[in-house]
Order: sequence, then structure tokens, then C-alpha cells
Amino acid sequence: MRGRPNLFASYAAEQGILPTTTKKVSAVLLVIAAITIPLEVLPVLSQFSQPSWLVLLNRSLIFLIAALGLNILVGLAGQVSLGHAFFMGVGAYTAAVLGGTGAGLWSLGLPIWVWLPLSGIIPALLGILIAPTAVRVRGLYLAIVTLGLVFIGEHIFRNANSIAGAPEVGREWPRLELRIWKEENPLIDFASDGNWFGVSLPGEAKTFYFLLVMAIVFVFLAKNLGRTRIGRSFAAIRDRDVAAEIMGVGEFRAKTQAFAISSFYAGVSGALFGVVVGRLIPETWNLFLSVQFVAIVLIGGAGTVAGTVLGSFFVVLMPRMVENVTRFLGDQAIDGGVLSIVGDFVVSIDGDFGLISLSAQGPGLSIFQLNQVIYGLLIAVFLISEPLGLFGIWIRIRNYWKGWPFTY
Amino acid sequence: MSGPLLEFENVSLSFKGVKALSGVSFGVQDGELFAIIGPNGAGKTSAFNCMNGVYKPQEGDIRWKGESILGRRPDRIAELGIARTFQNIELFAHMTVLENLLLGRHIRTDVGWFSGSFWTKKARREELDNRDKVEDIIDLLEIESWRQYPVALLPYGIQKRVELGRAVAMEPELLLLDEPVAGMNLEETEGMARFILDIREELGISIILVEHDMGLVMDIADRILVLDFGTPIAMGVPADVQRDPEVIKAYLGEDVVA
Ligand SMILES: Nc1ncnc2c1ncn2[C@@H]1O[C@H](COP(=O)(O)OP(=O)(O)OP(=O)(O)O)[C@@H](O)[C@H]1O
Ligand SMILES: [Mg+2]
Repeated sequence: MRGRPNLFASYAAEQGILPTTTKKVSAVLLVIAAITIPLEVLPVLSQFSQPSWLVLLNRSLIFLIAALGLNILVGLAGQVSLGHAFFMGVGAYTAAVLGGTGAGLWSLGLPIWVWLPLSGIIPALLGILIAPTAVRVRGLYLAIVTLGLVFIGEHIFRNANSIAGAPEVGREWPRLELRIWKEENPLIDFASDGNWFGVSLPGEAKTFYFLLVMAIVFVFLAKNLGRTRIGRSFAAIRDRDVAAEIMGVGEFRAKTQAFAISSFYAGVSGALFGVVVGRLIPETWNLFLSVQFVAIVLIGGAGTVAGTVLGSFFVVLMPRMVENVTRFLGDQAIDGGVLSIVGDFVVSIDGDFGLISLSAQGPGLSIFQLNQVIYGLLIAVFLISEPLGLFGIWIRIRNYWKGWPFTY
Repeated sequence: MSGPLLEFENVSLSFKGVKALSGVSFGVQDGELFAIIGPNGAGKTSAFNCMNGVYKPQEGDIRWKGESILGRRPDRIAELGIARTFQNIELFAHMTVLENLLLGRHIRTDVGWFSGSFWTKKARREELDNRDKVEDIIDLLEIESWRQYPVALLPYGIQKRVELGRAVAMEPELLLLDEPVAGMNLEETEGMARFILDIREELGISIILVEHDMGLVMDIADRILVLDFGTPIAMGVPADVQRDPEVIKAYLGEDVVA
């Protein structure tokens, strides 16, 4: 360690992934809290241990992996892509073909350590193949080109019936279990209810632990990429591409790398999505899925890993929250509770007037449509008022408390 | 003794009829501080853009150590050891001072996405080594207190210094400075002149300086090339160029000489 004026720590400490003690402690606490969720240790978190909540938490963790990838492409390298769902689909079907066992479909029945890495590598290679077309266009045009990718992908998936299954029917993915090769009994089963170290856990909880580890690994990978040479070159291309080239950053190379890396993340996430859900229809990998990831990145705060984590949980858990609130208001309207007037106005019950209907036939928006509207509004609000997204709001709150009680 | 480090031979560049450069020839020797001056629109920045490979001249040749670099990509030219600062600051606005300087190390390092993502021993060693090199530049340019600031928040004069630092971080053999003291007061200008001379003396980097501040150019340049509407009108040591009637005419207008 060399001493220099105005340098408060050694470079090694300062360049660390979590440079301050506060950050280290909060990261560790967060992970511990997550670990305790299925064990019902903390009363505040114990409601999340219900399988219906664990399913959503699992989906958040899966989405987080894809979102980290999109954040590298959009937030770090500044390339707006709507094609993320396509690469997720490619990863998902790579896993399905390599690991699947169903009859009548292409299935090789290989173990997870084969299909999981390849479900990232294949989309990454495809990303490199497509990059030469994509990196030539910028901004809105790139959004349109990648949008085309989703439509082409949807078309292919719907017609490749021996890979993706019949339209509206789909296919099954391999189960989440670790085998050495194709033996009968898996080494570790992450999908069924059972005992781990004497604790009886539902399958969702075991899956949760597996995904938690995966998500933490990908958070580290993304964070490390962002703070080293290649991540900086992406940010340079985003901020000023001509200056970046004059500083020796090859624009084509950097954008291609960003595409490939983000597709790798997308592919792994898509594979896990298929595996954890179990069966998906070929129409899954559509524009709306892509938009959800754009929403995560923008709502969370483009360019930051912490924001992407916040955004993933927010976007996945929000529909459930919205539904809970709507149901609560509906109950209020029926029971004549304190909020019955609000409930009457907002919720359509048995086909009467209301902005939102809980049943499919009601006159109002369905919960699904309502969520789409909310995504749209949130993206617009965050783009206009808080470019750093949820992460920016967090920074503001933190700075507020740092300065407390002096609120200047 | 070998030939010049960088050489322009009869370079002409035009944009849809506008002649930005016509028949420009000069050579910059190793270790030299060469200045290019001329009125607004004379083609100075265009000449830099040709050296960087951003523009491709229609005629003539540009050689680096005797080898033509015409048609090479900007990032390949950077790798040869040519660094640059810009007339209108071109820092990476969302990155901190430190990150901007570290980005300058791009061509001198080679940790890829894999080592970077996994924070391998190699990546760690390189990052720390880079940080050391960058700290030397921070010392040299006296920007210690700005390290962690996003550059967009810095005062103009400091941004100019950070940009110089980013170019120096590339460990170039030749440094192109496009109006490094534009918009600076006397004190800041003197400070910048000192940094430029330090860079040449201590780091042994050859420099091409484009600048409107005649006092500065006459003080520190070894030789000067004068452009007017893209045409070279004089070249030589400051004392000769200063007295050249063509130069006086270009700068002060016809009537003064007449
Ligand atoms: N990309 C471009 N497209 C069209 N014309 C250009 C372009 N770049 C430069 N020019 C023209 O070339 C001429 C020379 O411009 P240049 O920027 O090189 O001048 P300069 O000597 O740097 O001037 P200044 O002192 O104002 O910076 C000008 O007439 C300018 O309008
Ligand atoms: Mg200029």
C-alpha cells in the first residue's frame, strides 16, 4: 500500500466490489434475510414462505438474471434492445432439447451441467452472429431491428413443433435436478418436496435456494464486468462513441461483446424460466416479455446493478400487489367497508361499472391490462423525472438520512 | 536518424465542395512540439481528424513512422500510440474522473470480459496496476481532489485537465492537443502550459498543438505550420513565422499589409 494525499484507503480496498463496510454489511444481511425466508425464522418475512409467494420470488430471481444482461446492453453500453425475449427463448429451447425427456420432441435427456452452460453459450453465439446487422444501426432503429427479432423468433418457435411443441400446447422442460449423467436417481433434486439437512422443505423452497445462488453469482459477474476494462469500454461507447474509438475502443467489437454477453444472461434466464415453470407455450417469448425487461432496467435505474435487483423484484411482484389491492377494494365494496365507495368506483363486480374487473368478462380493464398500463406509466414517469430509477430514489433517501437532521 | 514520426504528404480533404485541407505537407519529428495555427475554419481540427482516421482525405498520404495509416480505423490508429484531446471537451460524462482516466488505459491493457467478470488474479493485478499509473497522472495534473466526481460536475478548466490526463494515460508517443487553453484565463493558461511542457519533458511525448493563443504558441512551440482556408501558407520556427508577411495578412486582413 502506497500512501498518497487525499486517498483514504488502499487501492485494493477502494476498487473492491463492495468498497465500504456499510455496503458489505448490508449485502450480507440481505442474503441472510433471503436465506431465512423459506425457514420462517423472521416473522416479517414468514408470509413469503407460502409456495404461492415463493413462486413469485423464484420468478423474480430468474428475471433478475435476464435483467442484469439487458442492463449490460442498455444501461452500460447504451444499446436499446427489444430482442431480449428472443434470446431467452433460444436459451430455453437449448435447455429443453438438451435436457428434455419428452417423447415425440427433440430431447437428449442430458444433465444440468450440460444444458445450463449451453443455454447461455448458444444465444451468445447467435448474438455475435446477429450483432453485425444490429450494431450498424442506432437508437430507435436498433429498437426496431431487435423488435423484428422477437417477431421472427415467435414465428420460428411456433413452427418448430419438434423443438417447441405445438402452438398453445408447448413442451415440457427438464426438471431442476443434478445428475452425473443419465442415471435414475438425481444427486440433488431441487424441484420436489423433501428434507434438506433435516429440514422439511417444499419444492419451491429448494428451487428458491438454487436460484438464489445463481442470481448471486450473476450479480457478481455483472458487477465485476462493470468495474473492469470491458465494462468501461461499454460505458465509453455509450457516452461518446467517436471519442471512445479515438481512445482505442473498437466500437464494433464493444457492441458485439455487449450483445453476446447480454444474450448469454438472457439464455440462462430463459432456460431456468422453462425449467422452473415446467411447461411453456411457444408464444411465451413475445414482445411483452421483452418490454418487462426494459421496464425492469428503466424502473430500476439504467446502468446500476443494485437498481436492476430492485427493479426485478418490483416488476415481478407488482402485479400480485396490484391484484391484492384490487381484491381488497372489491371486498370493501361488497362488504360495505370504509373504502367501499372507492371500491365501487374502481372495481367492477358482477359486470357493473368499474375501472377494473376481476372476472374476465367485466367491462373494465383486466388485471393483466391494468398491469400493462402501470408499466407504461412507470416507464414514462421514470424516464422523465428520475433517470436513475428506483436506484435514484434510494440514493435520494440515503442522502436525506445522511444529512439528517439538516435537511438542506 | 530515421524519418519523421508523423508525416502529411500533400493531403487534401473536402466536404461537398468545401475544401477543408488542400495540399498540406509536413513532418513531425520525434520529441518535437509542433504547432498548427490558422484563423477559424482553417482546417486544423480536420487535420487532426485525418490523423485519427475519423476523416479520410481524398488525396495524399499520412504516414506513421514511414508507414501509411490511411484508411485505418480510429481505434487501430490509437493503438499505434496517437492520443488526442478535443476542442469541445469529449469526456465520458457519466463516468467519474477516475473511470475516464482508467478508460485511457484501454489500449495498454488486455483483461477481457471473462477475466473481468470473474475478477481473476490477472484482472485484479491489472486493475491495481492501472490505478497506480492513473494516480501518477492525477499527481502530475494536480486533480487529486476531483478523483471520484462524475466529470459532468467539474469546472471547465478541470475538465480540460482531465481530458489531457485521459490522453496521457494512453502512454502515447504522439499527443494531439486541440485548443487546450481555449476559454481559460491567464493563470489557468500558464498552468496548462506548464503541464504540456511537463508531459513533453518528463514523459518524452511528442506533441502537435492547435491553439489560437499566439502568446502560448510562440512561447512553447519548436516549429509552427500556418493554415489559411486549408492551404499551408508558412512553416518554420516561431520567430520566422511571426514575421512572415503572408501570415500577418491572413491574421490581420489585406489592408494592414497594403
Ligand atoms: N464534418 C464536416 N462536414 C462538413 N464540413 C466540415 C466538417 N468538418 C469540418 N468542415 C469544414 O471544414 C472547414 C475546416 O474546419 P475545421 O473544424 O477543421 O477548422 P478549424 O481550423 O479547426 O477551425 P476552428 O479554429 O474554428 O476550430 C470548415 O469550413 C468546416 O466548416
Ligand atoms: Mg477546430
